[in-house]
Amino acid sequence: MSLGGAAVVLERDLLNYRRTWRGSLIVSFISPVLFLAAMGLGLGSLISHGQHRLVEGVPYLDYLAPGLLAATAMQTAALESMYPILAKMMWDKIYDSILATPVQVREVFLGEIAWLVVRVAIVTVAFFAVMVLFSAVHSPLGLLAVPLTILTGLAFGAPFFAYTANQRNDTGFAALNRFVVIPLFLLAGTFFPIANLPLVFQVFAWVTPLAHGVALVRAATLASPIAPLAAAVHLTVLLGYSGVGIGLGLRGFERRLGE
Amino acid sequence: MEAVQTPSRSLIHARGLVKRFGSFTAVDGIDFDVEPGEAFGFLGPNGAGKTSTMRMIGCVSPVSGGSLRVLGMDPAVDGARIRARLGVVPQADTLDLEISVEDNLFIYGRFFGLSRARARQRARELLEFVQLTDRARDDVEPLSGGMKRRLVIARGLVNEPDLLLLDEPTTGLDPQARHLVWDRLYRLKQRGVSQVLTTHYMDEAEQLCDRLVVMDKGRIVAAGSPRELIDRYSTREVLELRFPADARISLDGLPDGLAERVEVLPDRVLLYTADGEAAIAGVHQRGLVPVSSLIRRSTLEDVFLRLTGRSLVD
Ligand SMILES: Nc1ncnc2c1ncn2[C@@H]1O[C@H](COP(=O)(O)OP(=O)(O)O)[C@@H](O)[C@H]1O
Ligand SMILES: [Mg+2]
Repeated sequence: MSLGGAAVVLERDLLNYRRTWRGSLIVSFISPVLFLAAMGLGLGSLISHGQHRLVEGVPYLDYLAPGLLAATAMQTAALESMYPILAKMMWDKIYDSILATPVQVREVFLGEIAWLVVRVAIVTVAFFAVMVLFSAVHSPLGLLAVPLTILTGLAFGAPFFAYTANQRNDTGFAALNRFVVIPLFLLAGTFFPIANLPLVFQVFAWVTPLAHGVALVRAATLASPIAPLAAAVHLTVLLGYSGVGIGLGLRGFERRLGE
Repeated sequence: MEAVQTPSRSLIHARGLVKRFGSFTAVDGIDFDVEPGEAFGFLGPNGAGKTSTMRMIGCVSPVSGGSLRVLGMDPAVDGARIRARLGVVPQADTLDLEISVEDNLFIYGRFFGLSRARARQRARELLEFVQLTDRARDDVEPLSGGMKRRLVIARGLVNEPDLLLLDEPTTGLDPQARHLVWDRLYRLKQRGVSQVLTTHYMDEAEQLCDRLVVMDKGRIVAAGSPRELIDRYSTREVLELRFPADARISLDGLPDGLAERVEVLPDRVLLYTADGEAAIAGVHQRGLVPVSSLIRRSTLEDVFLRLTGRSLVD
């Protein structure tokens, strides 16, 4: 099975990125600075005063930052896996022109997955650097948060690719954002412990990947102990969503583009 | 009957080729062969099945029935290997609007497995060939229709294809832009690049094709060189007559002695004849007074009208 075409599909996305990388990278730094300043320091001052630490024994900023990091990966994955993919599929017909060359549908799909991972990685590293500046990373092992966050992005991006491959127009994207991405951003343990929520929201949070990503990333940056079984479950959920998403996405691409 | 070609020598060999979309049959059992070095055309109106045929040849749309060999291989088995040696100019431009003019060619070369250095070099050569060098770093979107079309043609040449497939290469272009495209295609043909093209313009088919098939409703209704088709299905000359809109003219009996055949179109009457001058004299002799009259050579348009009873362009 030849995959060289996937590398060139990624190369094409990098050519596109080269045109916008400066602005895009600045946003990737500024946005966590703003969020951590406003919510971590500003809002956090209402929640925890000085030594009086209320949220799981750490300053609110330190609690919030890993949650936002994982949530940002989800949002980045959502952005990259919806409109741009459908545009290349049906509006600009970029994939049609690629598939007239020896490149195969699976290479197109894997190339786009690779770009998704690169894109999430860029945003993740920028965010992580800001966290270090805010002293929100408590141990060198906190670096583990970077791959875990990228995996969280993939756990959303891959299933979203499958979803996008089945869309005939963009109305489905608003629904996915409204009913999945935004509620998860608010409820999946980013801003406060999930246990504070009514049961139905707790269930919603735990059957989707973000809560699991947040739990792992937070344990990494706070260097807080985590039960091996819990860690295994979180990791399994993230890998499961990624793996199944890649399988379904590949099938969706094959069906849509194989004609 | 033409001699049966051995499939291995032909660039394309199709027998009973069919394309179905659900219960609708877009290509209804067509036979044709394309030989090395020639420019072969599909001439037919919108909906004839030209694009469906081209997409099967291009190995991006599976064959529904019959047999098809492209470059001696089976598209169902060797799609990627065949595509590696084809150049494709699709009906819609499908250029990459997110990267520059030159990068469109560069990345396309990369999709064909060229090294970065080779792809860059090829991109520059081809920009030169289609006269777009000064737009190399620009975005694609602001280019004119003719420039975009030339860029798509350049893109189709990036892998130095054995066979170039052009689906309506000049549809929607103004006359000047069309002539520029024709000129480039003619040069390619002189360099020995085999071409298969579709068109619904009879002048394009006459200009570019050594041999063509006339397609209508998914079937081939005639095949030959433009000259042969005109000789076989039309007369040497055509007399076009226009009459006043309210004139009620009896054209019965007009062909007798004047023309081999008469076609009455909504806006004019066509008399097919070997001698236009004699025909117009005869028309006057019979007391008919057209508003205008014109003698011209027969074209493929006349062939199509004869074969289908309809015009190519509606
Ligand atoms: N993907 C498709 N699904 C259904 N019908 C199609 C599809 N593509 C083409 N057709 C139909 O097949 C017929 C032939 O189309 P096409 O090959 O594009 O003709 P041409 O290129 O000669 O205009 C048309 O009636 C068209 O509507
Ligand atoms: Mg067409």
